[in-house]
Amino acid sequence: MSADTILSFEEAMEKYDPVLGFEVHVELNTKTKMFSSAPNVFGDDPNTNVNEVDLGLPGVLPVVNKAAVESSIKIGLALNCKIAESCRFARKNYFYPDTPKNFQTSQYDEPIAYDGYLDIELEDGTVFRVEIERAHMEEDAGKLTHMGGAAGRIQGADYSLVDYNRAGVPLVEIVTKPIEGAGSRAPELAKAYVAAVREIVKNLGVSDARMERGNVRCDANVSLRPHGQERFGIRSETKNVNSLRAVEHAVRFEIQRHAAVLDSGQPVIQETRHWHEDTRTTTSGRAKSDADDYRYFPEPDLVPVVASREWVEELRATLPEPPAARRKRLQADWGYSDLEFRDVVNAGVMDSIEETVAAGASASAARKWWMGEIVGRAKTADVDPADLGVSPQTIVELNGLVEEGKINNKMASQVLDGVLAGEGTPAEIVEKRGLAVVSDDGPLLEAIDAALAAQPDVAEKIRGGKVQAIGAIVGGVMKATRGQADAGRVRELILEKLGVEG
Amino acid sequence: MTDSNELIRLSAAALAAKLAAGEVTSVEVTQAYLDRIAAVDGQVNAFLHVNAEEALAVAAEVDAIRAAGGAAADELHELAGVPIAVKDLIVTIGQPTTAGSKILEGWHSPYDATVIKKLRAAKMPILGKTNLDEFAMGSSTEHSAYGPTRNPWDLERIPGGSGGGSAAAVAAFEAPLALGTDTGGSIRQPGAVTGTVGVKPTYGAVSRYGAIAMASSLDQIGPVSRTVLDSALLQEVIGGHDPQDSTSLTDSFDNLVAAARTGNVEGMKIGIIKELHGEGYQAGVENRFNESLELLKAAGAEIVEVSCPNFKYALGAYYLIMPSEVSSNLAKFDGVRFGLRVLPKEGPMTIERVMGATRAAGFGDEVKRRVILGTYALSAGYYDAYYGSAQKVRTLIQRDFDAAFAQADVLISPTAPTTAFKLGEKLNDPLAMYLNDVATIPANMAGVPGLSLPGGLADEDGLPVGIQLLAPAREDARLYRVGAVLESLLEEKWGGPLLDRAPELQAPALDAANTVGGSN
Repeated sequence: MSADTILSFEEAMEKYDPVLGFEVHVELNTKTKMFSSAPNVFGDDPNTNVNEVDLGLPGVLPVVNKAAVESSIKIGLALNCKIAESCRFARKNYFYPDTPKNFQTSQYDEPIAYDGYLDIELEDGTVFRVEIERAHMEEDAGKLTHMGGAAGRIQGADYSLVDYNRAGVPLVEIVTKPIEGAGSRAPELAKAYVAAVREIVKNLGVSDARMERGNVRCDANVSLRPHGQERFGIRSETKNVNSLRAVEHAVRFEIQRHAAVLDSGQPVIQETRHWHEDTRTTTSGRAKSDADDYRYFPEPDLVPVVASREWVEELRATLPEPPAARRKRLQADWGYSDLEFRDVVNAGVMDSIEETVAAGASASAARKWWMGEIVGRAKTADVDPADLGVSPQTIVELNGLVEEGKINNKMASQVLDGVLAGEGTPAEIVEKRGLAVVSDDGPLLEAIDAALAAQPDVAEKIRGGKVQAIGAIVGGVMKATRGQADAGRVRELILEKLGVEG
Repeated sequence: MTDSNELIRLSAAALAAKLAAGEVTSVEVTQAYLDRIAAVDGQVNAFLHVNAEEALAVAAEVDAIRAAGGAAADELHELAGVPIAVKDLIVTIGQPTTAGSKILEGWHSPYDATVIKKLRAAKMPILGKTNLDEFAMGSSTEHSAYGPTRNPWDLERIPGGSGGGSAAAVAAFEAPLALGTDTGGSIRQPGAVTGTVGVKPTYGAVSRYGAIAMASSLDQIGPVSRTVLDSALLQEVIGGHDPQDSTSLTDSFDNLVAAARTGNVEGMKIGIIKELHGEGYQAGVENRFNESLELLKAAGAEIVEVSCPNFKYALGAYYLIMPSEVSSNLAKFDGVRFGLRVLPKEGPMTIERVMGATRAAGFGDEVKRRVILGTYALSAGYYDAYYGSAQKVRTLIQRDFDAAFAQADVLISPTAPTTAFKLGEKLNDPLAMYLNDVATIPANMAGVPGLSLPGGLADEDGLPVGIQLLAPAREDARLYRVGAVLESLLEEKWGGPLLDRAPELQAPALDAANTVGGSN
């Protein structure tokens, strides 16, 4: 494999106009597979979640999973697509050992969803409309593991292992129309588009949407044409780019590679490319041409899928608010600045804050707790903040105790530790640990007298109007009461004692 | 107790009555058939596998339930204890399933076909698996990888195909009933040439789950028997909606036995299809066909002539659609997960080459011919001209049927153009072989039901002729109603069942397989 020459991205952009296209495969999280009753579960022992249908044994017949059709329609609707009233499955015929029947049951000329769009918001707020050509249903293939030989590829392997647990898992393939006009923002758009699709299917609850598990997989098509040319250039298709960052990098690399090929006067070869995360480059895969012949024909073992208008409207009514719209609404409701909101989103606590606000906390208090206390602890524990074990109710209770002056912030942090240690509710922990703020003025006044006596010069300064010096006395009192005093009340009492206006 | 030679000649309905009355036990009946198989199947070669132990166990279970009486005995199915043979295209737990192919030699299915589950639920002892053309591709059973089945009427002749094994087993009194599959005539044409009854139900009336697919849009499982009533009884056992077959109908087909028992054709319109007799049909076939028409007319039916002008394209369209589906359905036989695996003799050991070597060694010529034909027909650039056009013809055939059924309640034709031909006679002429199905294919193309029953013996060769009845989709009951009437009129004329005239098969003093020609 020789390294490809590439042009700098800037030079490539000066000379050429990129056109993109994406095929995103989404694995649905239905209980059973697309055409069989075998469980759709990730990560089990190889070849345990299979039955005779998944193995393509002689005599078997497929049955369409209604829940998968429902999920597909929801995806179509969320992508602003039209939903076909009736559509058929087709057989895509090719011999490969990960495909038990040696054909994939897919949809060909009759996708369940077609003609949609998705508005993609880039970092700086620019909105870019991506047209969706179609979203169709199909089944996943099994997983091959090539043993021996180089690079885990089938070529040169000593033998290959096949796990059919994934064979027959329901997939929805979302295909864009050619995306023109992205210019130098093409890599960024690529990442944002896949992120948006991932977010939508997660928000719909139809997919676990975990890219590292292959729940969402992207094939990225890139072609270049000289500025001003209408006709598209020859494209490459980079397969299975399985992280958002990789999508951005792969598109960028392919733009740079195509530009170098075109600059050298050579034609770009229409082919599939493999993405290599380690080197952030692609290498040539299989030559792909229009001569690829899958001998599609309508699947004779299945009757057409009929989606009545009533059913489609019922499903449309159940759709959750689109993620982008929801974010806009929440930011406005909470009054967070752009920066604050972005931090909240990036920290992954938007949903938790929403729940905490719903449970009765103010938006600013919710943010203070989640961002200030929980995110850091979650990071230390290496879990998602929401999975740390702090419920919105706990936060509301904790925040209430602080606002009522029963505990101070420092104690609240200790109470939170107690909650995480399973010691009980915040109120119980305050009780058990004896953390209540000292509010009886008697012991406080004694401590104040002692502190003033210990630092007569500071007392003098305060009397003289240097109120900011009061910190030293407050500190002395807090120390003496082992932090259980209410610092605000201590300050009030000191000023009173010294006859100074606060 | 009845003599076992008499026992095996009883119809399934008569056997069922004797079993219910306690005049005979299922073990006696089953053993009688197993003895018959042992005696004559060396000559007929109808069975690829004999399932004696399990069959006798099921028979004993039925006998025990009957002997104990009470609710369990009352709930026994009418056919409980009546044995049956199963075409070896239908998967069964506990017995091998080969599809007549080397590629599945020794393969055991881990699951039962839906129809097998129904046979088991009815407690019908399964005698074994019957021979067929490889993957049901053929009209003579000569394309079986396990040697041809022979026609009990003349061991030098073919028993029809692809279900020659099931038809011959029933004709040779090796089973009272059998299951077949019919994609272009594979139940009806063997029925015709062996003097038995065979029915292709409405597409979707019987679940295909577990029938190894040849052409999914055409395949249908159906009954093989010696009487019309027996087929009705069997279709009611195996029919009904199956959630595992998306193409299975939700309609109920529980009026078939009643239709067969109360047969009456008075006032019915029976349509002769102009295009399905006359030229190209053997004179003896034509004579028997006309005789049946006269009998029906005398029984009060009105005979009308209908034209189905597009039937002349049916064979051509069938030989595009069927192989197209075959090419895809048979792709799974690749040596990776089950069945035969053959390694290439030389050169690199890649998965493609292992698949290629396996398929080259495991498939016979006729299968390869159809896989290649279908692969070609579906190829980009040819799809519209071949598969696409053939589907249009299919629509035209359906319209022809619609028009014909507007004029007639049922249609009638000879089942096959000729009587049984000699083994080897057409083996090297695929087109001549394909023409055997010219009258049966239209029903598969349109999904309508068809029944073949014995129409007598052709004058010139003394071999059985089949009469085919066709009804609109979902109107299978009409076939049984008319079929039962014609059967009784013919038997009255003959003075008994046609099979009484078949030559007696002798227990093998000499090995017939070595004395007849045509095998390879």
